[in-house]
Amino acid sequence: MPIDQANLNPKYMKGRKLLIEQVNIPGIETFDVYRKNGGYRSVDKAIKTMSPDDVVEEVKKSGLRGRGGAGFPTGMKWSFLAKPEGVPRYLVCNADESEPGTFKDRYLMEYLPHLLIEGMITSSYALGCNLSFIYIRGEFMWILDILEKAIAEAYAQGYLGKNILGSGYDLDLRVMPGGGAYICGEETALIESLEGKRGNPRIKPPFPAVKGLWGCPTVVNNVESIAAVVPIVNDGGDAYAQIGIGRSTGTKLISASGNLARPGVYEIDLGLSVEEFIYGDDYCRGMANGKKLKACIPGGSSVPILPHYLVTKTAAGEDRLMTYESLSDGGFATGSMLGSGGFIVFDEDQCIVRNTWNFARFYSHESCGQCSPCREGTSWMEKVLYRLENGQGNLRDIDLLAEINKKIEGNTICPLGDAAAWPVAAAIHHFREEFEWHVTNKEESQTRNFGLSKEPVSA
Amino acid sequence: MKLHVDWNKRHAEKRELSPESLAKVNELMTHVPEGKHKSALIRVLHLAQIEFGWLSIETMDYVAELLKIQPIEVYEVATFYTMFHLDPVGKHVFEVCRTGPCMLVGSDDIISHIENKLNIKVGETTQDGMFTLKTAECLGACGYGPMLQCRFKNHEFLTKDKVDELIDAYRSGQFES
Repeated sequence: MPIDQANLNPKYMKGRKLLIEQVNIPGIETFDVYRKNGGYRSVDKAIKTMSPDDVVEEVKKSGLRGRGGAGFPTGMKWSFLAKPEGVPRYLVCNADESEPGTFKDRYLMEYLPHLLIEGMITSSYALGCNLSFIYIRGEFMWILDILEKAIAEAYAQGYLGKNILGSGYDLDLRVMPGGGAYICGEETALIESLEGKRGNPRIKPPFPAVKGLWGCPTVVNNVESIAAVVPIVNDGGDAYAQIGIGRSTGTKLISASGNLARPGVYEIDLGLSVEEFIYGDDYCRGMANGKKLKACIPGGSSVPILPHYLVTKTAAGEDRLMTYESLSDGGFATGSMLGSGGFIVFDEDQCIVRNTWNFARFYSHESCGQCSPCREGTSWMEKVLYRLENGQGNLRDIDLLAEINKKIEGNTICPLGDAAAWPVAAAIHHFREEFEWHVTNKEESQTRNFGLSKEPVSA
Repeated sequence: MKLHVDWNKRHAEKRELSPESLAKVNELMTHVPEGKHKSALIRVLHLAQIEFGWLSIETMDYVAELLKIQPIEVYEVATFYTMFHLDPVGKHVFEVCRTGPCMLVGSDDIISHIENKLNIKVGETTQDGMFTLKTAECLGACGYGPMLQCRFKNHEFLTKDKVDELIDAYRSGQFES
């Protein structure tokens, strides 16, 4: 894949690189090179010197939070796994990566396939699983080939299969593709898909930890979470927890996209300032073509959009940091979320109405269709936004959108409905003037963009 | 999401997967616990689509036979996932990402450029059967847009010139293995 590697060489990025340090070592995708550079130490250490519960304990101590978007503590998720006698349990790695703005897992798997496999072995050992799966989105078929090749090497070297390292522990690891459905990133839809069905999310409870794949206890973790288990076991959970601020521990992969001078995947220490991430020489190097920042969606398309005056500073005037807490500071009114780390940046030439419509179309397209509020609501939102964007809207449409929103959120089986509703609500909340301008200046709105929004005087 | 299968679309030509693919199907069935072989369905549908270009009713029935499941179990899956083509497509299917981050860096222009260049609209196939143009939702290349995917191969950082070169390259068979 022709990724502009020079842009992304971790050697030129500041801070610790727990995950992608070795990404540019030639041949790192092979077992031998990966092993020579310290690979599979976490498996050796866990299987030879630790009990499964010790491993879970280290992950708990690390404070690692799910890197797929929800940010739920991984160690706690693991401790919920039911362990009834004589029933198999499964670890499933969620490599469906389909949240618009997110492309970090692809980067990890494409260049460091053995890191994910090592993490899967160590994590499966911790959870007592003998058969684990990596569910990868179908559009990443070439990465499925990379992973299967790496898995075959791991089998040949005795790190997978029967009696791993002579310990008596058995593990099989398989990769399964999806078929192009955003919803399969939701864990119960993913499980349905793994069973060879349509990706319709299940009603919870029962949670997958009790009844998941084929009715058995199952843990579903994001690629980056599983990969982070490797440094956590190697160096200890305490060492990992020392990086970051408060409950945002460790490092995080950020997928930077949009109108940036240097988009790409970056590994940052949680706690880095947003200002430095956007403008720093070691990171995105500011906006492309010297344009002005208009808005930012910091955590993937499902999180609220922030106007330019709330991106690098919170409403209280403090520096905004890349942490779960700081990015959500101010709640819905003036905050957003770290989410999956899909950091999308808009310059002054971008139209918020058009972008909101674009994402609404995405959610309408990706709604699985089983709950009517989401199936119908997302498509109404798309139609109303299309009308506004194309100069055919009226002022009531803006309130109509808010009304549809309220009828979707909280009324669906899975969070896709909320994920579709909240960004629209946030866009109207912060950019109402721009939406109204599309109605009051219909013709003008078809020929030019509104420009930056004004900072409210009270803010 | 496509809701209906067109029952009139038939695909009478070859129907058997190649021996290599059949061996792969058998291997896939051993990857899951006894009796859970339906799990291999999506992978097998991909294999079938790679060989046959698209999934006709006959192909889906054949996949059902292979996996010893009911045809309806295949139809409901094939119609749910957007990667599966339920209508005939051209030799090369361009799937251009149209979602937010790609749009910010110009995917709309790329889509209309391809439409003009190939003289087709999104969803259509060129007269010579060489190209089909589709749009796709986020393909996970947000930092490398605009982009398109053609048979699992990504083409990223697209410009109009690059698209022209790409079309020529596909026409001249450069990407055929």
